[in-house]
Amino acid sequence: MNISPEVQFDLHRRMVRIRLFEEAAGRLAEAAKLPGFLHLYVGEEAVAAGVCAALNDDDHITSTHRGHGHLVAKGGDLNRMMAELMGKSTGYCKGKGGSMHISDLSLGMLGANGIVGAGSPIAVGAAFANRYRKKGQVAVAFFGDGATNIGAFHEAANMACALHLPIVFACENNEYGEFTPRDQTMAITDIVDRAAGYGMPGVIVDGMDAIAVHEATLEAVERARAGGGPSLIEAKTYRFYNHHGVQNLGLKYRSDDEVARWKERDPIFTLEDRMIENKVATRQQFDDIWADWRAAIDRAIQFAEESPLPTPDQVLVDVYTTGGAR
Amino acid sequence: MSEERKLAYVMAFNEAVSQAMEADPDVFCAGEDIGAFGGVFGTFGGLQAKFGTDRVVDTPISEQAIVGLGVGAAATGLRPIVDLMFMDFICVAMDQIVNQAAKLKYMFGGEATLPLTITTAGGGGLSAAAQHSQSLEAILCHIPGLKVVYPSTPYDMKGLMMACIQEDNPTVMVKHKRLLGMSGHVPVEPYSIPLGTANVVRPGRDVTIVAYGRMVHESVAAAEKLAADGIECEIIDPRTLQPLDTDTIVASARRTNRVLVVHEAVRFGGLGAEIAAQIQEAAFDHLDAPVGRIGAPFSPVPFSPALEQHYIPSSAAIEAGVREAMFRNKVGA
Repeated sequence: MNISPEVQFDLHRRMVRIRLFEEAAGRLAEAAKLPGFLHLYVGEEAVAAGVCAALNDDDHITSTHRGHGHLVAKGGDLNRMMAELMGKSTGYCKGKGGSMHISDLSLGMLGANGIVGAGSPIAVGAAFANRYRKKGQVAVAFFGDGATNIGAFHEAANMACALHLPIVFACENNEYGEFTPRDQTMAITDIVDRAAGYGMPGVIVDGMDAIAVHEATLEAVERARAGGGPSLIEAKTYRFYNHHGVQNLGLKYRSDDEVARWKERDPIFTLEDRMIENKVATRQQFDDIWADWRAAIDRAIQFAEESPLPTPDQVLVDVYTTGGAR
Repeated sequence: MSEERKLAYVMAFNEAVSQAMEADPDVFCAGEDIGAFGGVFGTFGGLQAKFGTDRVVDTPISEQAIVGLGVGAAATGLRPIVDLMFMDFICVAMDQIVNQAAKLKYMFGGEATLPLTITTAGGGGLSAAAQHSQSLEAILCHIPGLKVVYPSTPYDMKGLMMACIQEDNPTVMVKHKRLLGMSGHVPVEPYSIPLGTANVVRPGRDVTIVAYGRMVHESVAAAEKLAADGIECEIIDPRTLQPLDTDTIVASARRTNRVLVVHEAVRFGGLGAEIAAQIQEAAFDHLDAPVGRIGAPFSPVPFSPALEQHYIPSSAAIEAGVREAMFRNKVGA
């Protein structure tokens, strides 16, 4: 497949946005300016970018606890995202969801999710609704390697295949379920082996290569739109920071060598090198892109910092759509 | 004409679903065995033949995915009815019900609308033993974001089921298994009963009995016996357990000054505790006796009819409860 220079730039910009947003969030967390948990997506940008660049705005995605990257890649508003992380009333969730529940239904982003595996059954529902309406929309469920060990994933994958729904299961295999290596929690090496058990095609892609992820997703999405049913994509990737936060909290669960080896394969820098080598882009173009998005992130931080906190009377608002419990 | 029409509780459910599906193409049903088979209790009988396999969907035995299917479809614009065959099975789907369906709107800052109805069958009396007989409504009522409905008559079933389907929040509709065959007046035309409105089943001056589901009928039987002794019970069926029509219950308590709450669920931590607490908060000075509670003993539901019969609250137990409330403070009076 020939991925055009425009699409290559698109993938690059999505990844840069994610990287800068996440690194800014990490710095704010270290400065104790973000309440709650923070699961950074840095290192895995090629997956969100490669997948979401293959989707339309009205296609749906479900996300994970490590969900900022998915929303950024789907076109999320950086100001509202940063405000939500700070618990401000201008945030995507008006300060009621935070990092783990960030969402934008107008972009088909059905929420980050604090429960591992819980997004997949919801994606099945979105896929069902999409087929029901017959408008050619698809759904993508993002999840990690660890989520494939939970029952919800199994039920969702099986049901999606039994009902032959237009869905793509996008596994971000970053080799760790929180702090425990994947090989201690499953007896297989490749998540994709599970696809056959449900009767869907599965493919392994290099999750550090946005173009490879994008190509695989285009194929799976096309199959889904054409009525060919579900697919599973396993993207082998890695998170550069900790499961939660930036520092390792003194916990040594990955070797420095291992982290360094993966960082050498940084999905953004490797794409830049490739595009320059192929004479698709120049260093100056990339410098400009980084500078533009740095400015956008600075504006997002300023917007979030200047935004008001929610008032206490908002606690009981939006528990129910109308009325509510007495 | 329709005044005369009688329908079984189960068919009142079926008719509500059918009429809602006719009226709104976004309504669909999904669950185990509900398609060609029509549901294990016949609740969805004939609907697949009428509306097709796209709208009445047989699913795998996957309660998490069944509710997830409903959550995802509701969040993206449809109006799903998903069936969990037995109320006990909500435990299998608890993450999707409690952590997803109930909270999505709130967590998303109000952006999501979840017009999702989860239907299930609760209660004992069929020797179905501990995993197919439970009354778990109190657990659901404890979760902000959910509504919980528990009809006791065919008329209420149709009107409340219609309201559940039209409702823009996730709602759990509990059918009582022992009421499925109960026949009663049900108008042919569609109607809905607003959620959160109690029904005064029987007016009375002496004692208020708050009961729902099958216990309404046990309470009526007890009230008839007590009436022979000159004790007039007012029976209130909340019909919706979340939100609870506390106003109607408290107003009655202020008139009768004595209240007995009856449910089939175990007494400890049951809805009776919540209702009793609300009454004492709102009507303490009006009470002539502590608010009584009748519920099942604190054990799993036993299998043997000899045990289950003893386990499920009976009209005799309700009658005794009323007499205790009545004669307290009156000894020697």
